[in-house]
Amino acid sequence: MQIYKEKSERHVLTLTVDNEAGTLARIAGMFTARGYNIDSLTVADVTEDRSTSRITIVTNGPPATIEQIIAQCERLIPVHKVTDLTEEGPHVERELALVKVTGSGDNRIEAIRLADIYRARVIDATTKSFIFEITGSPEKIDTFLTLMREVGFVEVGRTGVAALMRGSKPS
Amino acid sequence: MSAKSGAEILLKSLIDQGVDTVFGYPGGAVLPIYDALFKHPKIKHILVRHEAGAAHAAEGYARSTGKPGVVLVTSGPGATNAVTGIADAFMDSIPLIVITGQVPSTLIGSDAFQEADTVGITRHCTKHNYLVKDPNELASVMKEAFFIATNGRPGPIVIDIPKDVQVAQPDTDTPQRKAHARCNIPHEADIHDITKAVELLANAKAPILYTGGGIINSGPAASKALIELASLCNAPVTSTLMGLGSLPSDDPKWLGMLGMHGTYEANMAMNQCDVMLCLGARFDDRVTGRLDAFSPNSYKIHVDIDRSSINKTVRVDLPIIADVGRAIEQMIKIWKGRKLKAANLEKWWESIEGWRAVKCLNYPANKDEIMPQYAIERLYEATKDKSLIITTEVGQHQMWAAQHFHFQEPNKWLTSGGLGTMGYGLPAAIGAQIGNPDALVIDIAGEASIQMNIQELGTASQYRLPIKIFIINNQWMGMVRQWQELTFKSRFSESYSDSLPDFVRLAEAYGWKGIVIDHPDNLDDSIAEMIAYKGPVIVDCRVTKNANCFPMIPSGAAHTDMLLDSSAVTGEMDDEAKALV
Repeated sequence: MQIYKEKSERHVLTLTVDNEAGTLARIAGMFTARGYNIDSLTVADVTEDRSTSRITIVTNGPPATIEQIIAQCERLIPVHKVTDLTEEGPHVERELALVKVTGSGDNRIEAIRLADIYRARVIDATTKSFIFEITGSPEKIDTFLTLMREVGFVEVGRTGVAALMRGSKPS
Repeated sequence: MSAKSGAEILLKSLIDQGVDTVFGYPGGAVLPIYDALFKHPKIKHILVRHEAGAAHAAEGYARSTGKPGVVLVTSGPGATNAVTGIADAFMDSIPLIVITGQVPSTLIGSDAFQEADTVGITRHCTKHNYLVKDPNELASVMKEAFFIATNGRPGPIVIDIPKDVQVAQPDTDTPQRKAHARCNIPHEADIHDITKAVELLANAKAPILYTGGGIINSGPAASKALIELASLCNAPVTSTLMGLGSLPSDDPKWLGMLGMHGTYEANMAMNQCDVMLCLGARFDDRVTGRLDAFSPNSYKIHVDIDRSSINKTVRVDLPIIADVGRAIEQMIKIWKGRKLKAANLEKWWESIEGWRAVKCLNYPANKDEIMPQYAIERLYEATKDKSLIITTEVGQHQMWAAQHFHFQEPNKWLTSGGLGTMGYGLPAAIGAQIGNPDALVIDIAGEASIQMNIQELGTASQYRLPIKIFIINNQWMGMVRQWQELTFKSRFSESYSDSLPDFVRLAEAYGWKGIVIDHPDNLDDSIAEMIAYKGPVIVDCRVTKNANCFPMIPSGAAHTDMLLDSSAVTGEMDDEAKALV
């Protein structure tokens, strides 16, 4: 027999949660237990008293699954609010990456030129290597990495997506 | 007055919450709590024989009394043994407070003796759980835990307390942690949605009420409201396994249980209805059968307290997130306020009578051997006028009990629905008997299931609980054998109950009475003997070995493809069918 898969959509969710031990495990574990996907996940506390964290999850799945993911997140006790930015309307997404490349001669010059085009900054340099810092949409970072792979790419560290709704209202 | 230890704070919290009974088993990491419990004037501790028994007993107590069940076990194996019961309570939405001891907080993470990551292990089978590392937090955590367990959709809460926290006294200078009400309490239903639901119901030509365990969880008032709503709109009512008892079975609108082993009339009515009002049920796979053929032409209204139940498996047209009892009361109010009349449903009831005439629960008569269905019928006849609570294990006997035993009230039928836990029935009966000392509590069991928590016989002996265990003994793990017959060409792989104990001598060894019934003619007298006996009884009812449970919707089939008798059950199924549960 064959196992069929439905068509997926990418959604960016933000969760407002209590900043306490185990919250992240609860959410990440729920995704695993129910077979949902996590493409990226970022978390940090966002209030002055450190009581509340904001989690940004990029996930994908058929629309019915996305609806279930939101309901299942809301069911967790430390989760106060879930917003589906993809559904809510225009939003901005940013990700930061640190990219290490090595090389000499033309490759080195090409790496610098490309970095300049992509508005990546050099934050560390030796005679044989650079570390670039690049911020942007996940697609922009993907493209930048594809180019770097041709000019001495060594490794990358990515933060995952942080996102907010456009306009004056909080998400 | 000297400062209180963590253990004393814990007990005070329990008393403040009205707890008078705790099911538990002591061990190293809960010794301080057990010391505080020693000869306690207000809290009665029920010592089980295995922690799984404690969790199921607390479930039985909770389900039959409507109060949360409380469990107290030690760290490591104590906690892991309780996990099945916790997962069971999670699936069936039973409020439990499970207190687990933990190694001292300084040793957590060091692979200390009897250490297990209880909070990690139970994270996804509890509604919420806590590791309390500071005695200052204990009182507020306890308060919060009871609130979460009993509000919204009920469920189990685990509170893991390291041994040093049980001994330590809170530092009164630091502010106490605040308990926050962090549980989404469902509001009253949106009045527009309720009005729409009522209008749909009043204008339906073929309505049906599909009810579930949510009605029981909502409290006895919800069952009363259901009776009234059904009589106002004259719609037929069916129920899931978990909801049996919410509508009295002698009500003419009662169709019996629906789903895999539900009645023909219930499943056909679900298939043919034009408006389906789902009240506190969750479109479980045992109920829906093949999803794309499930009630294809109906307008579906779903009332549930838990938003994640909406559209989980079946897309519905009108979701209403509310306490189901409150929602029904709102519907009744609108119905009466508008002086609505039930639509003319004569044709619909005619169709239903036609399906009823199939008499799907009939089974072949047998003069020489006991048919299991007959045994349950006779048990029902002999006990129906008593104050009765029935528990079951899991398997054929459970389905036969659901089909052939009939319930008039909620909270009288305790069974493991979602998780399907063999070994549930005996400890649940213990919990039910503790909570209802005057009730006649009977565990309808199978000879295989009963052995899964057989050690709890000792618990019932210790507390003089006059529980009756009625074993439908067919010497097979019957449901497994039935599926092997249906799907795997009768290759009965490991499903025979070999080396069974002599249940009568086993009963006697524990101080129980044992009775064997091996002929249909002896059934009534032996059942009467069982009821008349003041103490606990095991009945070994030896039934015909090869009976199967019908009607049945094979896994992955539609409601209209019911098997009514065994003639349809032979051969081997394809891989698609084999992969279904």
